[in-house]
Amino acid sequence: MVKKLPKTDVVIVGVGWAGGIIAAELTKQGLNCVGLERGKERKTEDYFMVHDELRYALRYELMQDLSKETITFRGNEKIRALPMRQYGSFLLGDGLGGSGVHWNGQTYRFLPYDFEIRSKTIERYGEKKIPKDMTIQDWGITYDELEPYFDKFEKMAGISGEENPLGGKRSNPYPTPPMKTTPVLEKFKKAATNLKLHPYNRPSANLSEAYTNPDGVSRAACQYCAYCERFGCEYGAKADPVVTVLPVAKKTGKFEIRTHSNVRRVLKTGNKATGVLYVDTTTGEEVEQPADIVVLTSYVFNNVRLLLQSGIGRPYDPKTGTGVIGKNYAYQVQKGSATGFFEKEEFNTYAGAGSLGMVIDDFNGDNFDHSNLNFIHGGSIAISQTGLRPIANNKVPKGTPLWGKEFKANSIKYANRTLSVGGQGSSMPFRHHYLDLDPTYKDEFGDPLIRITYDFEEQDRQLAKYLTERCVEIMKEMGADQIDSMEELGPYDITTYQSTHNTGGVIMGADPNTSAVNNYLQMWDAENVFVIGATAFAHNGGYNPTGTVGALSYRAAEGILSYKQKGGILA
Amino acid sequence: MPENTKQEEKNESLSRRRFLKSSGIAIGGLAVGGALGSLIPFKEKTNVDKVKNVSKAENYNLALMYFTQEQFRMVEAATERIFPADDNGPGAKDLGVAFFIDHQLSGDWGFNSREYMQPPFFKGEKVQGYQGRIRRREIFDIGLRELQNHSLAKYKKGFIELNEEEQDDILSDFAEDKVNLTTISASGFFNMLRSSTLEGAYSDPLYSGNRNMEGWKMRNYPGSQMAYTDVIDKEFTVIPPVSLKDHLGH
Repeated sequence: MVKKLPKTDVVIVGVGWAGGIIAAELTKQGLNCVGLERGKERKTEDYFMVHDELRYALRYELMQDLSKETITFRGNEKIRALPMRQYGSFLLGDGLGGSGVHWNGQTYRFLPYDFEIRSKTIERYGEKKIPKDMTIQDWGITYDELEPYFDKFEKMAGISGEENPLGGKRSNPYPTPPMKTTPVLEKFKKAATNLKLHPYNRPSANLSEAYTNPDGVSRAACQYCAYCERFGCEYGAKADPVVTVLPVAKKTGKFEIRTHSNVRRVLKTGNKATGVLYVDTTTGEEVEQPADIVVLTSYVFNNVRLLLQSGIGRPYDPKTGTGVIGKNYAYQVQKGSATGFFEKEEFNTYAGAGSLGMVIDDFNGDNFDHSNLNFIHGGSIAISQTGLRPIANNKVPKGTPLWGKEFKANSIKYANRTLSVGGQGSSMPFRHHYLDLDPTYKDEFGDPLIRITYDFEEQDRQLAKYLTERCVEIMKEMGADQIDSMEELGPYDITTYQSTHNTGGVIMGADPNTSAVNNYLQMWDAENVFVIGATAFAHNGGYNPTGTVGALSYRAAEGILSYKQKGGILA
Repeated sequence: MPENTKQEEKNESLSRRRFLKSSGIAIGGLAVGGALGSLIPFKEKTNVDKVKNVSKAENYNLALMYFTQEQFRMVEAATERIFPADDNGPGAKDLGVAFFIDHQLSGDWGFNSREYMQPPFFKGEKVQGYQGRIRRREIFDIGLRELQNHSLAKYKKGFIELNEEEQDDILSDFAEDKVNLTTISASGFFNMLRSSTLEGAYSDPLYSGNRNMEGWKMRNYPGSQMAYTDVIDKEFTVIPPVSLKDHLGH
């Protein structure tokens, strides 16, 4: 027997960055919102014992319990997909704030090139530059149109940074100055400048100084404690939904958060959603929450899974290239990097912050000429000082055995003498990279898991090689005594951590035939359903995604308010 | 050591003041969380002394939750070869790594309880990750038994009776998959042994390894510090480590 609750204006599925921004913006304008979060409540006080590498970084304290739900993966359609039984390549957040709690805080704006990638690539290099199966398309919005929303997100989160000399035009400077330029960052900056590149301090959601945002939320400055990624911030210095947008939404009295509420279906009549069905995981009870507007703001995989399970939108068919739900799944090319070992210097690399870093964009987007290269786009290249914790960081120069006397001696010798320069390579969509429902494996309720079909392509191998070469050049200029770097990219491997930057599946665009949502992230096929997150990315850029997800969330909030008043398809 | 205690307290209150200043905690506006105040440890002198005396008296953690005595000795010997005592400092044995692994196997990690263990089980491609049906505690049982069998077959002696070179040879056979096992992967077991050795050497001492923070001291890792604002823009600075125990104020 399903318990049916009174109707609300808006039901939000997943209370992370996107869900939190939607809740804050809509409740401020008087709409009633219910936020359903399958994980537990989280608050700053939870992180009293957070400096625990084993518990948080290696036992995944803040991540989704895979025994209840995971994904399945195969490299191509000829292989049987098998479940990701343990964490590796990416980490799925869980609980209030979602992945917005365990992120590093690196907050970029995708480049103007990203939003018009197909047009701009053809304009400069001709249509032949795009391989047959590469399904890049314009996003249905330009950087200039999205700029005010980037600005809004940055002010809300208090992003600390300085202008990117090769980035899109800004209407305002960052709300707070960049983080400290440490000796490690200085070394990179000097080397990059010598090489005539354009280094800048990485835009950071770890506050460089105390900050009060336009909503009146005050937060303290970052202490460089070095426990960001995979950890929650005990100071509230790292912007996350729990210390920024959620208290604003709650203060209106119009936002109700229900934790331990796992949504299984979006309910519909005809082409409109009527609400959602969820399970109260503390009692097992099934509950129906009717709503005028349904907003999906869970992580990429669950946004797609919920639509496919609910029969909303046209599922993607890789054979014909038609349909849109599950289309253009993309990831990232993270392995192009160089590690330098320094005999004469030691560094305070035990200290740091998730976003502490120095970046160049000379080899990102279309900031360089691709005429004689076998790939498009590129990636940001950065040195990061996020804090080298001792279990996970035992790099030894190539040739050192991986255990025993020599390993121990070298891993200790180089513990504070190792610096890495890494490329964050973009990821282009291909016709045969997609998400659908797995035919075999189920979650705790018996619903099918989402299935990823994905592998690296020649585009990725060439890009990784190119970024590696650039990283090595910088590391040489930095004066490393020995440099180890990637030899070849190899196949995509789900067992080693790369990034939690999965994208696509419910992509945005200007044409209902080739995209699932318009540029307000409103579904073409169900006008009262908005699907927000990196699911909307038509490809993945050479940066961390959160800044762009934040901007799109503010854009979507505006769309939802307008839809509530006027109805109909907004774009 | 009353002198030291006094000095520690002075440092504590200094760093507390410095922390309050540098974090800009005197802030107005909408409150977003109450952890800031409670995060700053206050030391209560009487408690400190009491707890210090107790911890000197006994360490009740030096007992086994899962391994048999024979398994425990083998894990002690094998992890010591992976991470041996040397001029830098203690090896796995003296760091308590075998106790760490034993304690970990008795909990979530040993049972793979937060991992997807539903059937059907198929052998997959390497890039698809672990697809076995058996859990870590069973992998250790089987791996250690096979380590013993291989030692007996090759050297006619049990693993802990072998000299260091022979032990290294047996472990190498596992690391390089030179032993043929039917139920588990020999290199998979070795890699698990290796990664849990590093975990035991470098995790917070609360988990029974990294004894007296000796693992951290060897590599000048400062452990669980609240703030690095004073050193982040400085040249390399050695800071004596503290553990999570200090966060509770005892």
